[in-house]
Amino acid sequence: MSAEQDMIRIYIMGKAYEVPGGLTIMKAMEYAGYRLVRGVGCRGGFCGACATVFRRAGDYKLYADLACQATAEDEMYIAQIPSVPAERASWVLTELAPEDNPILALYPEVARCVACNTCTRACPQELEVMDYIQAALRGDIPQVAELSFDCVQCGLCAMRCPAEIVHYHVGQLARRIYGAYRAPEAGHLAARVQETARGDFDQELDKLEQMSKDELVELYRKRDVES
Amino acid sequence: MNSILYYPGCGVADQARSMETAARGALGALGWEMEEMERWNCCGTVYSLATDDLMRHVGPARILARVQDAGHEHLLTLCSMCYSTLKRSERFLTEERDRLDRVNAFLDDEPDYTGGVRVVHLLELVRDEIGYEAVEEAVQRPLSGLKVSPYYGCTLTRPRAVGVDDPERPRVLEDLLLALGAEPVSSPQGVECCGAYLTASAPEVARRRAGAIARAAARGGADLMVTSCPLCQYNLDTRQGEAPGASAHAVPSLYFTQLLALALGADPAVDEQVIDPRPVLAARGLAVEVKA
Repeated sequence: MSAEQDMIRIYIMGKAYEVPGGLTIMKAMEYAGYRLVRGVGCRGGFCGACATVFRRAGDYKLYADLACQATAEDEMYIAQIPSVPAERASWVLTELAPEDNPILALYPEVARCVACNTCTRACPQELEVMDYIQAALRGDIPQVAELSFDCVQCGLCAMRCPAEIVHYHVGQLARRIYGAYRAPEAGHLAARVQETARGDFDQELDKLEQMSKDELVELYRKRDVES
Repeated sequence: MNSILYYPGCGVADQARSMETAARGALGALGWEMEEMERWNCCGTVYSLATDDLMRHVGPARILARVQDAGHEHLLTLCSMCYSTLKRSERFLTEERDRLDRVNAFLDDEPDYTGGVRVVHLLELVRDEIGYEAVEEAVQRPLSGLKVSPYYGCTLTRPRAVGVDDPERPRVLEDLLLALGAEPVSSPQGVECCGAYLTASAPEVARRRAGAIARAAARGGADLMVTSCPLCQYNLDTRQGEAPGASAHAVPSLYFTQLLALALGADPAVDEQVIDPRPVLAARGLAVEVKA
């Protein structure tokens, strides 16, 4: 197969580019000449910085995914959502009354959910987003925490919601409440906090602080990396 | 053991757990099991009266589609509002093909709903399927001498087309109480509104309404009231208790499932009320142990 046959045509923000097939949307954009400063992060599907919206050839639907995870396809129309300007409610964890379902007080728009499931369809993590909003509505905080656990906070759910719910912030609040008030205490965490307080790691940290930039770079290069 | 698919709804799953605990125990004693839907969403709570507001029917339609997809014909509810909203939405969607088609087209992530799921309130299941005779036979602790004022509220019997009974002169709660050995005390306030959601925006209205309903029940000599709606219960219990000077002559309110459970020897789950019903129950020889 010649290299030419491997090329596909994609449209980035409305402009056509020829790129090799089989690349992720992110790599395809970089091949096309984009230098990504915002809207890029871990490149491994964990950080949620590279939300992308696209349409496939012959399909009227808009799909959402992470640019570092989804593969670019021939005749794909692509736009990046580097940041979602949704409001995050302000709260102090220790001042919340978890038994009163503080979610409804902080995010009353949750009650506008009509169960359309658009959020679920937008989620690149394939979470049951609508189900956790419904759980939030009825005050089932452990269920919200459980169902939203793998959220990467990309915000695509909120961008698509006709009820203007900010799902990813709701999920985060529920996980914080769950962690602070409901989850069983983790024994190993208490032990590690004690070790830290006792100064068990101070020597190693001091050593790092003394190092020159070159030594730090060298150390970083030699670090263990999972392959 | 008979089984019926069950939709809890948000109120029952959160504030009104006691209604469900009691219902499960009581139905168990009658040979019936409530099988909770695997996944469910809010019914919408308040039925939308706008005829072109199809979006508000997406929630109910999704529930109905899942019931049908799971191969069930009946869906049981305990809450009057869920019952009414789901049943009205089912009728609304299926009486005009165009509405159902549009909602199905929107819900392309669920199998199409084709119509025919029957939404059943627990009071209907007991009356029409189980029968009062069977209930009477299963009674272990007759509620003899207990005077109970049935409170129907709005959505259990209205509108007439979907209500479980006549909206102005209902008797389903009276008949159930008779089967349990209690003495029903019908009240002119039994079919009036409790204040409903005004409890959030204008709580004084709900307090006033709950007070009027309780006073009417007390005038009839009732020991307590029964209801089938978590919102009515909230107003009759919490809001009644808040009215100035209410505590001296407060009339406790229970879910009908709690009296059913009490009479059938199951856990009546009465330990979460604001107005404690245990003193009046004990006075009628129906002492309920306090759970630790």
